Amino acid sequence: MSASAPAAAASETDLLALLQGAFPAAATRPTGDHPAFKLPVADVPAALKLLRDQQGFDFLTDVTAVDWDVEASPRFSVVWHLHSTTHHGYVRIVADCLSDTEPSAPSVVGLWAGANWHERETFDLMGIRFTDHPDLRRILMWDGYPFHPLRKDFPLAGIETPLPDVEVSEITGATVKPAPMMGGPFVASTGEMNLTEAEPRAKDESWNERSEKPAAL
Amino acid sequence: MVTPNTELAYNTKIEGDIVVTRADAVINWLRSNSVWPMPMGLACCAIELMAGASSRFDIARFGSEVFRFSPRQADCMIVAGTVTYKMAPHLRRIYDQMAEPKWVIAMGACASSGGMYRSYATLQGVDKIVPVDVYISGCPPRPEALLDALIKLQEKMTRTGGTTKRLLTA
Repeated sequence: MSASAPAAAASETDLLALLQGAFPAAATRPTGDHPAFKLPVADVPAALKLLRDQQGFDFLTDVTAVDWDVEASPRFSVVWHLHSTTHHGYVRIVADCLSDTEPSAPSVVGLWAGANWHERETFDLMGIRFTDHPDLRRILMWDGYPFHPLRKDFPLAGIETPLPDVEVSEITGATVKPAPMMGGPFVASTGEMNLTEAEPRAKDESWNERSEKPAAL
Repeated sequence: MVTPNTELAYNTKIEGDIVVTRADAVINWLRSNSVWPMPMGLACCAIELMAGASSRFDIARFGSEVFRFSPRQADCMIVAGTVTYKMAPHLRRIYDQMAEPKWVIAMGACASSGGMYRSYATLQGVDKIVPVDVYISGCPPRPEALLDALIKLQEKMTRTGGTTKRLLTA
């Protein structure tokens, strides 16, 4: 970050003017909280560098991605969240991936070393390939896991695959099996004063192991 | 004159310090009162496991205070927490490294059944990969529940038949 970082967060209009000066395709994006901008994916590293060095956004809060829908095109968007430790402003940059089947985005590990694990997680769960990443391996699921679990076409219960260790799979006969989903996802109730009622449970008790899930659901 | 022996009970003054019993009973008794746990702490249940080892609950009262972080020195694996599919093979390998005889306690909902984690990443019960002797309910179970499970395991150990035979034929 440079010494010329502003003392206060720039307004959305000023940021847009700055970005459009360097990247004419930059546009604002509907947002519920902080300024958000849409950029062509190839311009993102340069834009993030501009925001970091000229606008004091020196902290990369998060790198993540959105899978809009299996049928949607563009299907995947990558999202970068920046924060400023000097003026405490936030900004969000979003870029659509060019390919719907082999989505990729440029890595920003060169700008923030901390992007490394964020990008590995985004690759692991969403299947976004970050070009020029120094070590793009899975970080949560094991090496060799064939799916990207947070994609829309992946069921929450999972898909049957072998265990990570073939030998243990042979000894135990265990595999990665779809989790039982009777009664729907197993979730806690928030804002419940009675802790017994707040315990995680299936929300729809009309179907379970014995009675089939209604086709309408 | 011959006086009839009126002693009905065992008298150490006459017969010396001898107790007659079965080898099975002695070996099981020894084993059940010196269970060395292998703490497989994987989530919040491990906090309750640690509380069980601390002074208020004091698992030492049941002879199990010697937590061993080497599977070679442990008798009983306490699986305390959520077992992910990524962790499952490692857990099985640690279990395989424990010397016979060995036991497993599945502590809490996650270890017993996957608990609230009905998802693609979580093993739905540690009994899919290792044989479990005692299951503990709770999310997480209180330390008393762990001590109860340990007592149940001790009862199971003392009930085990054929211990000596297995030792001799092994």
